[in-house]
Amino acid sequence: MPISLDDPKKLKPLASQAHQVAMNMLRPISRKYDRAEHAYPTELDMLASMIDGLSESGASEGAGAAGVRRDEKPEEKQEGTKNGANLASVMSIAEMCWGDVGLLLSMPRQGLGNSAIASVANDEQSERFAGVWAGMAITEPGVGSDSANIKTTAVLDGDEYVINGEKIYVTSGDRADHIVVWATLDRELGRAAIKSFVVAKGTPGMRVERLEHKLGIRASDTAAIIFEDCRVPKENLLGSPEIDTKQGFAGAMATFDNTRPLVASMAVGCAKAALDLTRDLLTQAGVEIDYDRPAHVQSAAAAKYLQMEADWEGARLLMMQAAWMADNREPNSLEASMAKAKAGRVGSDITLSCVELCGSVGYSEGELLEKWARDSKILDIFEGTQQIQQLIIARRILGLSSAELK
Amino acid sequence: MDIGKSLMTRLSPGGRHGLASSEQRDPIGYAVAALNKLAQSDLLDRVGLRKQAEQVVFTSTREGFRTVTAASRQFKKAGGKGAGTRAPAAPRKGVFDLTPTEDEQMLVDVVSEYAEEVVRPAAAEANEACETPEGVLKAGLEIGLPILGVPEALGGISEERSAMAGTLVAEALSRGDMGIALAALGPGSVATALGLWGTEAQQQTYLPAFTEDAAPAAALALQEPTVLFDVLKPSTTARKTAEGYVLDGTKAGVVRGAEAELFVVGAALEGKPVLFLVESSTAGLTVEAEPSMGVRAASLATLRLEGVTVPTDAVLGATDGSTYTECVRLSRLAWCALAVGTGQAVLDYVTPYVKTREAFGEPIAHRQSVAFMVANIAIELQAMRLLTYKAAGRAAAGQEFTREVALARKLCAEKGMAIGNDGVQLLGGHGFVKEHPVERWYRDLRAVGVMEGAVLV
Repeated sequence: MPISLDDPKKLKPLASQAHQVAMNMLRPISRKYDRAEHAYPTELDMLASMIDGLSESGASEGAGAAGVRRDEKPEEKQEGTKNGANLASVMSIAEMCWGDVGLLLSMPRQGLGNSAIASVANDEQSERFAGVWAGMAITEPGVGSDSANIKTTAVLDGDEYVINGEKIYVTSGDRADHIVVWATLDRELGRAAIKSFVVAKGTPGMRVERLEHKLGIRASDTAAIIFEDCRVPKENLLGSPEIDTKQGFAGAMATFDNTRPLVASMAVGCAKAALDLTRDLLTQAGVEIDYDRPAHVQSAAAAKYLQMEADWEGARLLMMQAAWMADNREPNSLEASMAKAKAGRVGSDITLSCVELCGSVGYSEGELLEKWARDSKILDIFEGTQQIQQLIIARRILGLSSAELK
Repeated sequence: MDIGKSLMTRLSPGGRHGLASSEQRDPIGYAVAALNKLAQSDLLDRVGLRKQAEQVVFTSTREGFRTVTAASRQFKKAGGKGAGTRAPAAPRKGVFDLTPTEDEQMLVDVVSEYAEEVVRPAAAEANEACETPEGVLKAGLEIGLPILGVPEALGGISEERSAMAGTLVAEALSRGDMGIALAALGPGSVATALGLWGTEAQQQTYLPAFTEDAAPAAALALQEPTVLFDVLKPSTTARKTAEGYVLDGTKAGVVRGAEAELFVVGAALEGKPVLFLVESSTAGLTVEAEPSMGVRAASLATLRLEGVTVPTDAVLGATDGSTYTECVRLSRLAWCALAVGTGQAVLDYVTPYVKTREAFGEPIAHRQSVAFMVANIAIELQAMRLLTYKAAGRAAAGQEFTREVALARKLCAEKGMAIGNDGVQLLGGHGFVKEHPVERWYRDLRAVGVMEGAVLV
C-alpha cells in the first residue's frame, strides 16, 4: 500500500454528514448560546439521539467521544492498514467543531468522561456505563497541570469508596448524569495511587457548587463540584484497583493518549471555521490567494493566509497520524502530544490572526470570528496545556525522566 | 546633468558592499575609505609588504571568473516522432496510510546507508571545496540515483510515477548532507524531467547517457538573480525563429553548472514560461562560479545565455506554461524533502548534545528552555514531513497537488529555517564554529524557500 495522507475514502460520507449537522444545526444557534451562558441548548437532545442511532447502526464507525475504545481482544490479522474509529472520531469532531466547539462539548453522552470510560473501563464496566453522559473531573483549586498531585481522596470502606475533595473546571459538570473523578487511594504512594471513579449524579455527598463564567465555549457548562463523604460502589473504580508503582501513572494517563487527538481535532475544526470565513471575506475584499506564485509577490494578507493554512494542514495531519496509529494499535503518546501541541497553538494563532485580518468586521459580534478566537483558547489549555505537551514530547525525544526534566 | 550630483553619485558608497543606496559618508568615512583602498593596492605587494596572493584559478569557491560551459558529449539524435514513454500513476486505495511500500523502504534503506557512510563523512570538506568529491558521486551512480525517476522501459528503475520514492530518497540523502544531495540528485532531476515530458526523440537522444557508468552532470536551471523573483515569470526570454529559438538571460544557483553537459532552462516564450533543453556545447553559454551561503557542495553557478540558438525540438513539454508549472511544483516538493532530511539531521545531532553538555552542574537538557526547543523541532519537523508526504502521495497518484505542495513549501521554508537557527543556538558558541555541522545546516536550510528548480522528484 503506498503512502497516502488523503482523507480515507470510506470516512468521507461520515465527515460530510457531520459537516451538514454543524452547518445546519450548530451554526444557527452558535451566537445564541454564546450570549446565553449556562442556558441548556435543548436543540442538542434531538441531535444526540441521532448520533446514538448512528453509533448503534454502526454507520458512523463510532464517531464521537466514545469511539476511542481500544479493543483488547486480538483481532484477526488483516491485510494492510486500518482506518477505524479513531480516525472517524477526529474527523467528525473536527467537522462538528467547525460548527461550534462549545456546543460539541455540550453534546449529551459525548463527554470527555465518556472517552475515559472507553479508554480504561473493563468489559463489565463498559456495558454497565453504556449510554451514560460522563463529565471529567481532574483539576482542583490548587492542582492543574501537576495532576499527579491531586488531593481528592478515595478510601475503601466495605464495598464502597468514600470520596472527599473539591474539583473545578468540570466540563458538562452540571448537565452530565455521571462524573469520572480522579482521586488518590494513598497520597503517600504518589501517582500510582491515582484512580478514576464513576460517580452517578444524585449520589449523596456530591454537589455542584457553581458554574464558571468564561472567555469562550460559553455554551458548555463548566462546574465546580464538591465531594463530601461521597460513597460509590467499589466496582465503579475504572481499571485495576491495584497500586502498581512500576506502572505508575500509566493507567490514568492512557486516557490522554485517546483524548488529546480529540482536543487537537477541536482546535483543527475551530481554526478551519475561521480560515473558511476569512478566505471568503478576503476574496470579497479583492485579495487573491495563489498557491503557485511566491508569497512575497502576493499581498501581505495572502502571504499571512498561506502561512496559516500551512500551519493548519500540519496540525491536521499530526492529528490524523495520532488517530491512525491508535487505529492500528501502535503506541501514540508522543504523536498525540505533538498533535495537541501543534493544533492548540495554531488554533489560537489562526483564529486571532483572522480577527486581525478582518479588522473590526472580525472583532465585532456581527461575525463569529471574534467568538472563535475566544473559543479556541481553551483548546491550548485543557487536557494538558501547551507547556505540558512540550514537556511530554521533550522527555520522550530526549529519553529523560520526570525527575530529570522537571 | 548636474555635475555636482553626478560626482556625489560616484563617490557615494551606496549600492556596493551590501550598503543600501541611500548610505552617505561623512569626512571620517572618506578617510577610512581611502586608507582601505591603499591597503588593497598592488603597491604593498610590489614592495613586499604583504604575502603574495594565491594564483587565481578557476574554482567554484570564488566568484567573478567566467568561462564557457563544459564541452558536452555527443548526444546522438535518435528516436521517432512519438510522444515518449511515461510511467503510469501509482495506484490509489483511498486509505490513509503512512507505511512506505516494500520497494520504497528498501530504497530508503540503501540510500540512508549511503548518506550515513559516504555522504556525511565527505560533507565538511565538500563544503570547503565547493565541490562534491567524484568518489561520492560515483557511489551515488552505483545505487542508481540518476535513473530513479526514469521509467523501466527506458532503462530506468521506476515502475510507476516516482514522486513518492523520489521524496523519500531526497529526504534520506539530505539527512547526510543537503549540498551533496543536490549535487547527486541534479542529473537525475533532468532525467526525471525527460521521463515525464520528453518526446520519444528527446528520451532516445538523452536518456541512454544517464544509464551509463559515466552519467553526465545535468542541471535544471529555473532560478534567476532577481530580487522578489517570481519563478513563473522568468526574465530569460525565448524568441521563435525560422530554425528554432534564441534564448537570452541569466540563470542563478545552477547545480554543478561548470560541469553540466545538459541544461533544462526556463524561459518566457510569448509570455508563457517554457522549458528548453540546451546542450552545454551550444554557442553563447557562459558559466560563472556562484558560491553562496550554503549548499556549497553543489558547486552553484550562474549560467548566462547570450543569443543561444536551439533547434525547434529543444522545447521540453508544452508551450502553454503547464509543463513548466508542474516542473516548478515537483521541484518545490524535492526541496521540501531536502528540508525534512536536514531538519532530521539537526534533531539527531542536538539530541545527544544537550544531554551531555553540562552547565550549572547538570545536562542542559534538564532545563525546559532547552528541552522545549528540542520538542518544538520535533513537532514542526514531523508536520513538515507529513505535509511533504501528502503532496508527494498525490503527485505520485497523478492527482492535483498544487495546494498541498504550496503549503508544504511554506511550512518547510519557515520551520526548516527555524530548526536550523535553533540547531546552532542549542550548541551556543560551539554551534558557531565549524567543528560541528550545525552551522552548515543553518546555511543550507536558508536555501529552502529561496531556491527554485535544481532538483525535482
